Amino acid sequence: MNPRRSVPDVTFQLLNYVLLFILGFATLYPFWNLLAISFNDSLDTMRGQVYFWPNEFTLNNYAIIFQNDSLLGAALRSIARTVIGTVLSVGCTTMLAYTLSRREYLLRKPINVILVVSMYVNGGLIPIYMLIKDLGLTNTFAVYIIPGLIGVFNVIIMRSYFDQLPEALVESARIDGASDIGVLFRIIIPCSLPVLATVTLFVAVGHWNSWFDNYLYNSKDSLSLLQYELMKIMTKSTSEVTSNAQAALNHETLRQTSPQSIRATMTIIVTFPILFVYPFLQKYFIQGITVGAVKE
Amino acid sequence: MQQTVQIPPHTVKKTQTQRKSWIRRLGGQYQLVLLSIPFVLLVILFNYVPLWGWLAAFQDYKPFKGVTGSEFVGLANFKVLFADPHFLVVLRNTLVMSGMSLVTGFVGAITLALFLNEIQVRWFKRIVQTVTYIPHFVSMVVIANIVLMFLSPDGGFINNLLMNLGWIDKPIYFMGKGEWFWVIHTITGLWKELGWSTIIYLAVLAGINSELYEAAAVDGASRLRKMLHISIPGLMPTATLLLIMSVGSLINTGYESQMLLGNPLVIDYSEVLDLYALSVSFGGGDYSVGVALSMFKGFVSIMLVVIVNFIARKLSDTRLF
Repeated sequence: MNPRRSVPDVTFQLLNYVLLFILGFATLYPFWNLLAISFNDSLDTMRGQVYFWPNEFTLNNYAIIFQNDSLLGAALRSIARTVIGTVLSVGCTTMLAYTLSRREYLLRKPINVILVVSMYVNGGLIPIYMLIKDLGLTNTFAVYIIPGLIGVFNVIIMRSYFDQLPEALVESARIDGASDIGVLFRIIIPCSLPVLATVTLFVAVGHWNSWFDNYLYNSKDSLSLLQYELMKIMTKSTSEVTSNAQAALNHETLRQTSPQSIRATMTIIVTFPILFVYPFLQKYFIQGITVGAVKE
Repeated sequence: MQQTVQIPPHTVKKTQTQRKSWIRRLGGQYQLVLLSIPFVLLVILFNYVPLWGWLAAFQDYKPFKGVTGSEFVGLANFKVLFADPHFLVVLRNTLVMSGMSLVTGFVGAITLALFLNEIQVRWFKRIVQTVTYIPHFVSMVVIANIVLMFLSPDGGFINNLLMNLGWIDKPIYFMGKGEWFWVIHTITGLWKELGWSTIIYLAVLAGINSELYEAAAVDGASRLRKMLHISIPGLMPTATLLLIMSVGSLINTGYESQMLLGNPLVIDYSEVLDLYALSVSFGGGDYSVGVALSMFKGFVSIMLVVIVNFIARKLSDTRLF
């Protein structure tokens, strides 16, 4: 590197490292703090001096949540939604994106127009609600999967990736007598793992994180998901802050734990799968998203 | 194998033969049709069919009568809506919050990308990137939960910290102050998306010709100068395009954060168009006004996109569509 380092350059560098360190810390610390709270005794937490490590270590908060049948059910449904929804959605998106990358496909142009325009035209919250209701999808598990089956943005990311694969690959498979379906499964998919990983990550995270469709369409407890359960706990404790009488009452019944500890523990449980999967996929998705985003 | 006989187009009646051969050629592509049409129909169903529901905005819509059976009332619902003083409050909240998020997000992303680009130690850069991407993947429920817990007057982290430092005597109820809501919402959004939004800028910065930097170093330019005269101009085309695009979605601000962070005390600052549509439809039972709101929003956002696309085309060759 540069042999003569000027004083302003060194100060700038130093400042830069410090600032970015603070930013990283500020991003990570809230999660760390909740992790400490989730492993801390709830009475001690209420005294409010938990910063980096639990003062009185306990697994009690986790035990309470995992012993709760409705929360366990919600967790299982969340997993089912994420797995089923992701597999179906990525599969269908890949098929559609593949057809759009075939230059000889006669319907390529009109389908492209339909998809791109749909990104800008939107019926709005209430008309979509009315449609879902008319289709009989309210209070069904299917409402979690079907309306979001095709993400147009994901179709475009995938198509951009397929477009830049060498055409000769497809041609040679054609000469060997492969059909379109054969080309898709034997050539395109094995060559497109980075973009498939990216889209899978996006779709899976989207499914795991959704709560609004649960809130809007599925009021039944038997269909509720983990995120929505967390939201219910959250809004319940917010209203406790506004009405202290109710809070006192709840503290009486929840003596073995506090709403604060339950919220922290739930937050950690809900966030954990994402933190666990994410580092493994990171190297793919940066590659995948920039291929889709930066055009030639 | 079947051979398709190519007939020279001028020898026969043109249109009919062409149409026939088009259909035959499409038939030859039946696998592509099978792989695409079902999904296109699904997109049409969930993206275009709801537009039919916009008719309800011109009706006295009753859920049990449906769009076909409800009574037609013309523009009455829009008159009700535009005369409603709360509508203006909600519109203001929507525009102010999305404007604040847009400006802070835009400036923040470029600044962070420039700073990250100056880091020479690769593992440090990678760790900062990895860490700042995390909140993007975490649900809004979790984010809101963290914010509410940290700002809670009842043993929240921020209040504890401020009291320990002796800056305040009694806890502040941050979420109860209407005028603070916009700021809290903006900072929350920034905290969640800042790292993620640098990806595209970092990709552009990585693509800048390194000879430019070397030449500047020979001329004795400091790091700051290189940033000002090479990195920033290099980012400009992408930045302009992204800025223009985000103006197109100015009215399409989300509602999750406002819904989860808001509470009845701050509703005059937190309620946005979509949440208002929800509350008049489900709370008030007035679906028609809710649809009118959705339609107003959809219409404005299409207009914005068209205008913005026009401007983008004038300024450069880049277009959104």
